[in-house]
Amino acid sequence: MTGTAPTHDTAAAPPAKEGGAAPARPPVESPETLRKRARLSRRWQRDVRWSPYAFVSPFFMLFIAFGMFPLIYTAWASLHTVELTAPTDMEWAGLRNYTRIFDDEFYWNAARNTFTIGIISTVPQLMMALGIAHLLNYKLRASNFFRVVMLAPYATSIAAATLVFVLLFGRDYGMINWFLGLFGVDNIDWQNDKWYAQIAVSSIVIWRWTGYNALIYLAAMQAIPQDLYESAALDGASRWKQFLHVTLPSLRPTILFTVVVSTIGASQLFAEPLMFDANKGASGGPQHQFQTLGLYMYEQGWVNQHLGRASAIAWTMFLILIVIGIINYVISRRLRASS
Amino acid sequence: MTTTINKAPVDAVPPEPPKDERRRFGLKAARAGGQHHAGPIAYAILIVFTLVSIFPLFWTAIAASRDNARLAETPPPFWFGANLFDKIEVAWSDANLGEAFLNTTIVAGVSSLTIVFLSTIAGFAFAKLRFKGRNALMLIVIGTMMVPPQLQVIPLYMMVAKLDWTDQLQAVILPSLVSAFGVFFMRQYLLQALPDEIIEAARVDGASSWRVIWHVVFPAARPAMAVLGMLMFVQTWNDFLWPFLVLTQLGNPTVQVAVAGLGRGYTPDQALIMAGALLSTLPLLIVFAIFGKQIVGGIMQGAVKG
Repeated sequence: MTGTAPTHDTAAAPPAKEGGAAPARPPVESPETLRKRARLSRRWQRDVRWSPYAFVSPFFMLFIAFGMFPLIYTAWASLHTVELTAPTDMEWAGLRNYTRIFDDEFYWNAARNTFTIGIISTVPQLMMALGIAHLLNYKLRASNFFRVVMLAPYATSIAAATLVFVLLFGRDYGMINWFLGLFGVDNIDWQNDKWYAQIAVSSIVIWRWTGYNALIYLAAMQAIPQDLYESAALDGASRWKQFLHVTLPSLRPTILFTVVVSTIGASQLFAEPLMFDANKGASGGPQHQFQTLGLYMYEQGWVNQHLGRASAIAWTMFLILIVIGIINYVISRRLRASS
Repeated sequence: MTTTINKAPVDAVPPEPPKDERRRFGLKAARAGGQHHAGPIAYAILIVFTLVSIFPLFWTAIAASRDNARLAETPPPFWFGANLFDKIEVAWSDANLGEAFLNTTIVAGVSSLTIVFLSTIAGFAFAKLRFKGRNALMLIVIGTMMVPPQLQVIPLYMMVAKLDWTDQLQAVILPSLVSAFGVFFMRQYLLQALPDEIIEAARVDGASSWRVIWHVVFPAARPAMAVLGMLMFVQTWNDFLWPFLVLTQLGNPTVQVAVAGLGRGYTPDQALIMAGALLSTLPLLIVFAIFGKQIVGGIMQGAVKG
């Protein structure tokens, strides 16, 4: 690094070969060194020009093979009749898989369940996360301890968490019913009653992700400039008012982000309802009370062995997500325009 | 109009508020936001949430230390019994957990190392290099975070079936080698952690792109790489759907599939299941106990948008 390093565009300039201060006027160079320098310069320009592509291409190559190709192939498969037993035998079916699932009451049931479980799990989760983040944002003893411990559920696998919650939610001897019994509540059949089962499944999601979202909110809160609070305080705003009028508006982009991420997560809910079922089936309870779209896709594809139909379900899920993404985009644009 | 009605009393307030009012809203509140000390209520709420967070984990260990008869009584046990190590031993052998641990470690290790490497170089390119199509490609990366895994499992399953990879580890490893989140995360980090001047200086000294990566980017990105590695390790360790679909013979599963299999007997031994659940989570909890602070910092780092 020389103090006299040129400030012009480095991409167009050959590297200075010598360290240290360059002489004010270079000596006359032989054609040999000029050629050498030109060659180095060409190689240099090639490097600057193409290396960014070299750096991003492994990601995109893998992504095309294991992300993009499957995406498109699923669309293709959804137009065929394919059986699990012979996945390479495809018979053209047109839109039959789609019309079939739209006439299928279990599909609509699963869509409704996905929606309600999504609401029950996402809304309280994000609201609690917001509250916890607010508390963690105070000056706090042992603040790192609280942060780490609240993230512990995130380290738990879905499989382990669901197995534990199945026991905790047991009808006869479960701890939650025992606890509610202390307040005179009769035993609840968490696995078979529709709404209670959905609440139980949602509680697993809430338990695993609230701490994680709280940390994301906390990070955004700490990025809010202090003087905003100071001027609000000087205007006489109480802490609650400050939260409403300073914290929340500053957090809007983050909140939107977590809403989208949680929505995506909720729409893909699979392992929790699969393992919450006492009969260990893919039906989401004896009356399909908590069968989600993810679970229904699995049932169609891997239990009933209709991969084509499962592909059609997967694509409807994707389309729903695209709609959610567009709504989110519109909302965030409008928010940005208004502020 | 409500605004005028509300405004009137505010205007009527005398310029000098009462003394205790001023103390409440003036001096103290001027140090608002993160500057306030938490009161006892805040601590109480946080402690409740802490207990809720760890109780199920704690209780898993309790349930694993009991037998089924005790678990089928009310009230349920609140403290440890004598069977913990017996149950863990049985779960270990019954669910073939030794092999499962080895497999999961391989899968999670290979995936997270690869993800960290690829994400760092791609994140660097997106953060600091100019090239044609950069914004469009970054948009694709962000867009891919929205693609549900369900859309991918069916063709992947067909691919794996065709390649005859069913029940083999590469079937699990290969699709998990990319992470759009990882690219996004490293880009965000490098945008702020790596000053342009350092790269320029290295360039002026004649460093090729790979030398810049090796001698400038990797050292600068090391903290973020460590955090991303741990996050990805946790994620692949806990992954369920794809291993569950593709490792169908129980001989060669990952920990999650093996533990899920424990619950599928006709007369499930609850304590045994809990022992398996505990075992499957223990390694990550240990990682969290040691590196918790760094992981928390990393998640918060990744959350701040640039």
